[in-house]
Amino acid sequence: MKIEAPSPMFETSELVLNMGPQHPSTHGVLRIVLRLDGERVVDADVVIGYLHRGIEKLCENRDWTQIILLTDRMDYVAAASSNLGYCETVEKLMSVEVPRRARYIRTILGELQRIASHCLWLGTHAMDIGAMTVFLYAFRERELILDLFEEYCGARLTYNATRIGGLPLDIPPGWDKKVREFCDIMDSKLGEYETLLTHNRIWLGRTKGIGVIDGPEAIAMGLCGPTLRGSGVPRDVRKDEPYAAYDEFDFDVPIGTEGDTYDRYLVRTEEFRQSLRIIRQAVDGIPEGPIVGKVPRLIKPPAGETYHAVESPKGEIGFFIASDGRSTNPYRFRVRPPSFCNLQGLRRLIRGHLVADVVALIGSIDIVLGEVDR
Amino acid sequence: MSDESKSEKPASPPASVGPQGVSPAPATSTPKPAPKPKAPPAAPTGPADPAPPEDVSEPDFLTQLRVAHGPAVEKVSYWVGDWSVIVSLSSLLDVATYLRDAPDAAFDYCSDVTATDWPPREQRFDVIYCLYSTRYRHRVRIKVHAAEDEPVPSVTDIWPAANWLEREVYDLFGVNFVGHPDRRRLLMPDEWQGHPQRKDYPLEGPGELLMENPQDWLRLRNIRDEAEIE
Repeated sequence: MKIEAPSPMFETSELVLNMGPQHPSTHGVLRIVLRLDGERVVDADVVIGYLHRGIEKLCENRDWTQIILLTDRMDYVAAASSNLGYCETVEKLMSVEVPRRARYIRTILGELQRIASHCLWLGTHAMDIGAMTVFLYAFRERELILDLFEEYCGARLTYNATRIGGLPLDIPPGWDKKVREFCDIMDSKLGEYETLLTHNRIWLGRTKGIGVIDGPEAIAMGLCGPTLRGSGVPRDVRKDEPYAAYDEFDFDVPIGTEGDTYDRYLVRTEEFRQSLRIIRQAVDGIPEGPIVGKVPRLIKPPAGETYHAVESPKGEIGFFIASDGRSTNPYRFRVRPPSFCNLQGLRRLIRGHLVADVVALIGSIDIVLGEVDR
Repeated sequence: MSDESKSEKPASPPASVGPQGVSPAPATSTPKPAPKPKAPPAAPTGPADPAPPEDVSEPDFLTQLRVAHGPAVEKVSYWVGDWSVIVSLSSLLDVATYLRDAPDAAFDYCSDVTATDWPPREQRFDVIYCLYSTRYRHRVRIKVHAAEDEPVPSVTDIWPAANWLEREVYDLFGVNFVGHPDRRRLLMPDEWQGHPQRKDYPLEGPGELLMENPQDWLRLRNIRDEAEIE
């Protein structure tokens, strides 16, 4: 007689868990289908598209100038960077020279935007892991930047801050002084953030060794921005392919060594300081002169295609634009969204980690779903 | 904003050929009901892809590419500082592998994969690969032409970064990528019909009606553009 093996007390099989699209830690409408073995992630399927508004299609049916405010709606926490990227691409296509004063102000706006975006990242990332205080602190400083933007262009979130060939507005009187004051405030507050997190044992436990990816793999996966630099790759569009006025300023590109969540945190924290350094140099050296270059009244770039990238707070945001040379809207408008390319790496990063680490890793790669889905 | 945007979109074919489209003559101030514009501008048939001017010297890796894969290179183009190389579809993988591995090219970073749709052309799609080298900090674009159902080999084995980018191009253009590990729609719902980024896909409105004759729709768009310039 055959003796049957005793049945195990528990049934052990893999569990499929759906996370999102409505989940507070996914920073928008992101859905992740997790395959779990106990609490370990075996594999994951990242599902996007819930915020797809067809911005690329819409842009192909809009005037060259109307597109600027559509680019605001992609990465809505770093609108000025998208504005800048788009305008620079069209300027490249039209071979328009931008006045030096405009390039300086653009640089200041871009770096203020980087600090604002990193503040939002730091606050939400820390809150996802459980540190509530940092969120309040970071939003307090972000508010100061939004005030500066409001004084410059009247908007607090969707700035519409650049124009093809230059800027819509010159800086208001006294604005540069306020920017300098902000830099001093921010410098002193950075220490507060670091006191709360950098040597915090819980923070170290939740971020060290989580989501490790080495440099060559990160390059192959197409990661960009601070996520790539955390893996020790000194890739920064501001240094490698300078745009605006970045070639005139001294700044360092911080890189990580381990490629884990903690290193990505350190890289962004250091980027605060480097951004402040750039802003100080730019504010001190703003040249006099016009703020708009020589642009025709009717913007109609000659037929041709180009790809141009700038460094947004999330990474390399690139615009591929084709003009047919005779219509008032682009023939092809394509955005290379940095969040999209970073999110692609999430599946690789979360494999083998706990469900709680998934939350930390989503925060760590700093995505904005408005830009992922467009 | 809403009024303006409504008036510039062809809500339906008859409405758009109306008073706006039929007055292309610049000098006449009185709008007269002309029967039809003389020659409706044809849809653009392809990108310009200008050859490099005399005074711009080709980068070394392109010269080397010609040596290694001469017959594959159909054209080398230069425009506002960007180099792009148009290769034949059958040798795409060879050229891509060469550009990644050759010591003087070293294009290890695939920035972007995208496509452009030129409906009048027989091979209507341009599939474009924007490459970057983290070692030499230079860029190049590979471009291939593909017809509607023509299989385009996937480059995901060469650059894993192309995975989602190719999925998006498949989703929005319907380019037939083969050898892709996970070819599903990415941004649009799974059960969606059609590929929205194609030029013959309408922006809004009674989609089926416009889809019946996409070429007409494209021509309408061009007429509208010309009218707006005047």
